[in-house]
Amino acid sequence: MSHSEKAAIFNKDEAKVNWHDKALWFVREKRDTSAQKVQGWEELRNIASGIKANVLSNLDNYLIEFEANAQKNGIKVHWASNAEDHNKIVHEIVAKNKAKKVVKSKSMLTEECHLNPYLEAKGIEVIDTDLGERIVQLAKEPPSHIVLPAIHKTKEEVDELFQEHLGTKPSNGNPEYLTNEARKHLRDKFLKADVAITGVNFAVAETGGFVVCTNEGNADMGAHLAKVHIACMGIEKIIPKEEHLGVFLRLLARSATGQPITTYSSHFNKPAEGNELHIVIVDNGRTEQLSREEFRSSLSCIRCGACMNTCPIYRRSGGHSYDATIPGPIGAILSPGKDLTKHSSLPFASTLCGSCSNVCPVKINIHEQLYAWRQIIVKDVKQPLIKKTILKIAGVVLSNRILYNIGGKSARFMLKYAPRFMVYSKLNAWGKARELPEIKNQSFDDWYKVKRKNNG
Amino acid sequence: MRVGLFIPCYINQLYPQVAIATLELLEKLGVDVYYPSTQTCCGQPLGNSGYEDDSKGACQLFVENFKEYDYIVGPSGSCIYHVKKHFDILEQTPDVVKVRNNAYELCEFIVKILGKTDLGASFPHKVGLHKSCHGLRGLHLGSCSERMDPHYSTEEDLLNNVEGLELMKLNREDECCGFGGTFSVFEEAISVKMGKDKIQDHLDNGVEVITGADHSCLMHLEGLINRDEKPLRVMHIAEILNSSI
Repeated sequence: MSHSEKAAIFNKDEAKVNWHDKALWFVREKRDTSAQKVQGWEELRNIASGIKANVLSNLDNYLIEFEANAQKNGIKVHWASNAEDHNKIVHEIVAKNKAKKVVKSKSMLTEECHLNPYLEAKGIEVIDTDLGERIVQLAKEPPSHIVLPAIHKTKEEVDELFQEHLGTKPSNGNPEYLTNEARKHLRDKFLKADVAITGVNFAVAETGGFVVCTNEGNADMGAHLAKVHIACMGIEKIIPKEEHLGVFLRLLARSATGQPITTYSSHFNKPAEGNELHIVIVDNGRTEQLSREEFRSSLSCIRCGACMNTCPIYRRSGGHSYDATIPGPIGAILSPGKDLTKHSSLPFASTLCGSCSNVCPVKINIHEQLYAWRQIIVKDVKQPLIKKTILKIAGVVLSNRILYNIGGKSARFMLKYAPRFMVYSKLNAWGKARELPEIKNQSFDDWYKVKRKNNG
Repeated sequence: MRVGLFIPCYINQLYPQVAIATLELLEKLGVDVYYPSTQTCCGQPLGNSGYEDDSKGACQLFVENFKEYDYIVGPSGSCIYHVKKHFDILEQTPDVVKVRNNAYELCEFIVKILGKTDLGASFPHKVGLHKSCHGLRGLHLGSCSERMDPHYSTEEDLLNNVEGLELMKLNREDECCGFGGTFSVFEEAISVKMGKDKIQDHLDNGVEVITGADHSCLMHLEGLINRDEKPLRVMHIAEILNSSI
């Protein structure tokens, strides 16, 4: 199903759309207020964008530097060229430690690789410990947002879900009660876990350490209690120096939720005495995206989700309508690189308003890349015949003044004199909820010929 | 100064009053205006739909029509943005470069090139300004709510000088209206929802007339206003600026 079809279904419940839109707009406004307080916010974005461009141009060297420094600190580094390799490596570590229970903090990469079902099929329990992630895990749904994974769920829906899975009492969606119950439930999982898996927000080449940002402290809780910590990262998560964290940490939380900084920015540099620390570095299509000059900068993304919160289409269509691991504007430029046919409707799920590019903390020109993907998609993916024919004919008509005159006159004649049922038929998507413009007696050309006959 | 008047295809065919207001306004401001009679379209509907290659003929014709003028002025930020931004698909001959550099949206031309903001217009109504995305984020006609830049707005500078006009503040000052060219039909549900929300914002803030520098957005909003019989009307900013000058 295309994005527009899924979005149309989502829009059948207008009250829910309004709620979803307002919830995310609230986050966008918090981001604005928070960014306003930073002197030189726009310069900070420039610097971040520059650092990321440097990283992408020298990624091979930074990765090697990172690996060497991480190994010096006693971290075991693994390389995975695709999702399957990644899952195998993680499972091997888990199996080697005879682990049965895994706790996981938020990681979009493990979502991308479908790690949970892979491990579960091998009899391993995987518990997502971020509250939002746990909610969607219980609901057997993918996250609908990269920072707010359960933003599509109301507190009443969470209430019902917890009653079913955690045995809670009905509370009319009391957030305090529900989070407390989740806390108790997760605390038990943390204590019993053999292995903790986390994502990586920033991997520092010069130190071989990495930083994980959470608001709930669940990454720390997992990593400190389990004997084995596996951190999974995409190759693009590298930053050259530790001092660059001063740029990215300031941008990340403000862009994501409007907080000055995430509650926990946890630095992991070496394994604790007697424990294991692993890093799995994953490509899974990123090198290919790196090779596409027009789309390269999409790899600069620091996963703040600001483009989703600001996107008027995302807010009104919900994350699931994108049917991709990363939804929203950034997902719409990343996903076609992975599977062009499956994700071919995503670059069209935009008015090209450009708000995403303006909020992006690393200045990815998202809306320009959406435009560029469109040019590729109509060539490489089979298009609906009617759409293709109309646009191809338009190309001919608009480059020929005589055809344009005939087209303009006949269209205006048709719209003026055809009966309403013909004009407002099923074929006219415009007219489903909108009137067409009232047709005047003459075009501007006609008027000009009479009124300004001496000119031109 | 010879100015070529660019009237986008849909304005020519559907909104002649907007084109007339633009022409009259420029003439009243003492500009030497010419209307090349063989113009068609900037090619944007094709480019935005992915058929940029098929638009080359239209783009080339645009350049042929306007290459002799010092400035090209049109009452549509979106079309002008397309000329400036996306005519990179043509070979960059001196003519193409000249046309791209000298294409101006009407308000920007009046404020930046003519250096005027008080045009002596009078329009005693409560007006809501719709800042079109391509005008705002593409042509930088004003500061954007996402960016931490000092506030400015080309259209506001003009409207604030219109006698009797009361410019109403909106809750979401520059959110997209949902038109988006062919988006309006291929993503119909979202497009309509965005338009309805936009209209509600204007209604909630006591607006009587929605105006803007892009009539395509206004066409979309007008379609919804008329279907839902909302107590609002749309007018292109040229019509307001040309009123009883």
